[in-house]
Amino acid sequence: MDAADFSEILTTVRTFIHERVIPVENEIDEKDEVPLDIRDATKEMGLWGFAIPEEYGGLGLSMSEEARLVFELGYTTPALRSMFGTNNGIAGHVIIEGGTEEQKRHWLPLLASGEVTASFGLTEADAGSDPSTLTTSAYRDGDTWVISGAKRYITNAPIADAIFVFARTNPAVPATRGISNFIVPKGSPGLTIGPRDHKMGQAGAWSSDVYLDEVRVPHTHLVGGDDGAGYGFATAMRCLAHGRIHIAALCVGLAQRLVDESVSWAAQRHQSGRPIGDYQLIQGMIADSVTDLYAGRALVIETARAFDAGSDTKVGPSATKYFCSEMVGRVADRAVQIHGGAGYIRGVPVERFYRDARLFRIYEGTSQIQQLIIARHLLREAAR
Amino acid sequence: MNIVVTVKQVPDTWAEKKLDPTTRTTDRKSVDNVMNEMDEYGVEEALKIKEAHGGEVTVVTMGPEKALETVRKALSMGADKAVHITDEALAGSDALQTSAALAKVIATLSPDIVITAAEASDARGGVLGALLAEHLGFPQLTQARKVTVDPGAGTVRIERQADNGYLLVEAATPVVVGVVEKINQPRYPSFKGIMAAKKKPLTTLSVADAGLDPGTVGLANAASTVLDAQPAPPRQSGTIVKDEGDGGTRVADFLAAQKLI
Repeated sequence: MDAADFSEILTTVRTFIHERVIPVENEIDEKDEVPLDIRDATKEMGLWGFAIPEEYGGLGLSMSEEARLVFELGYTTPALRSMFGTNNGIAGHVIIEGGTEEQKRHWLPLLASGEVTASFGLTEADAGSDPSTLTTSAYRDGDTWVISGAKRYITNAPIADAIFVFARTNPAVPATRGISNFIVPKGSPGLTIGPRDHKMGQAGAWSSDVYLDEVRVPHTHLVGGDDGAGYGFATAMRCLAHGRIHIAALCVGLAQRLVDESVSWAAQRHQSGRPIGDYQLIQGMIADSVTDLYAGRALVIETARAFDAGSDTKVGPSATKYFCSEMVGRVADRAVQIHGGAGYIRGVPVERFYRDARLFRIYEGTSQIQQLIIARHLLREAAR
Repeated sequence: MNIVVTVKQVPDTWAEKKLDPTTRTTDRKSVDNVMNEMDEYGVEEALKIKEAHGGEVTVVTMGPEKALETVRKALSMGADKAVHITDEALAGSDALQTSAALAKVIATLSPDIVITAAEASDARGGVLGALLAEHLGFPQLTQARKVTVDPGAGTVRIERQADNGYLLVEAATPVVVGVVEKINQPRYPSFKGIMAAKKKPLTTLSVADAGLDPGTVGLANAASTVLDAQPAPPRQSGTIVKDEGDGGTRVADFLAAQKLI
């Protein structure tokens, strides 16, 4: 994209976040809901399709551009990004990576405009870190597929118009090769959405269980068409790699906010007649957080560049997600410490962000799973 | 509907504003410049009228080359085309000269509705709408908090903000409409709008292009002159009255001395 246009887009998003979202962050946390006018504004701006290719109605940002945009989005409650996170990210990428041309032409413009909200239905109660063990199954019956099973922690499921459900279609082949993906529209008979999960943080970002009891979808809803059967797992892994850099960028945005909150508090808050920022032990914590932030930001920028170049699409995304999610955890912890008692009080931003940040080390691959991906990839290369 | 909306680039609302010590005009070089915030409401209302009744929105501005950024913002919000009057000779023009120049250009666009903001945040004159209406020979509807257009009847009806309610006022088009902040919530430029803005028609006019007489524009020919300007004195620290039994009396004496009671 033209550099001047992209810079204008970043300015617009930054202004929007400062003017419209930051003033209602506490309200979003308390009511567990993003106000409708903010949701509508994000659709009108084009935030629902920034990662969807231009030819399908999106903005077609490269990973490097997306990372810079997500730095801005991370500056406020993660609930904002979560609304359109599945359309741009894991769910949208199911169609981008695995869909037929016809599926792309039908679904991607709907996702890019926000007319349709989609969810990514991979995780199950006993298949989270290792989704290849999922037990949701589907069998073909003439021109339809019949899907049964249960999904857990499905982001945006309570408001989803379509859920992209991963199900085992061939139990006879090795675990990762017998999985396919299906587009399951809202209201399909046998589809039940569970109550909203009551989470520690990230209020306003909704998730829930999804139950499928003999849900029938037409064969045209098999992602990738006839060629898509059995390729669901490979598609899911590619979607997750892209999403990991996205989440890492989000962590960097939040770390920037936490640093800003920490510095401004340390400059204002007085003890013994002096701002607490005058004390070296506070200065040490601020310096550690700023250094963490710089390292995370530089890592995201470099990993996104390598991802765009195609030179590192596995280890880089995992290492970056691993580092940045752990990094923002440390920065959030220090931010609460710098705030002292106030940092433990509801209504103070860093208290809320401390709870929000905890999820980053868990979802879209725990830190431990990232460690395995990183180490196993290198060891496999060495064994060749 | 052919709608014209005027916009102005001003120093950022939050920036410390200064006057140039020699010309005593606003120093625009040392600060960030943005679209006058009130103008965003004007652009939004123009776009809403267009969306409801069809037509075209033309943005008109007068200002230095940098004012193009503000024009682009209006175009990225959704305006169709723009006219930018820019010329070194225009620098330092006062409200009378500015309105004459804008009116001359706006007249060539044959608008049905001309929308202006109540005021710009730099000079805060708040007279542009009235001056434009006079130059153009159009009626003027001011302080509009709601605008209803009836293209069939060729009328515009507004709710005019008043101290304790509102007045319903109507005028036939072509008309100048001044809007207040209550009227709408300006949209943020969409990403596609930002990308499209550069490709929209933009006419840049010099003094000669606009058919203006060079002997009537600019600081030297302004009807009003700023004779002197001083920065506001720093705030004095307040007087602290410590109550030693006579606090009430001392506060009352202080207020009386200030002629407040």
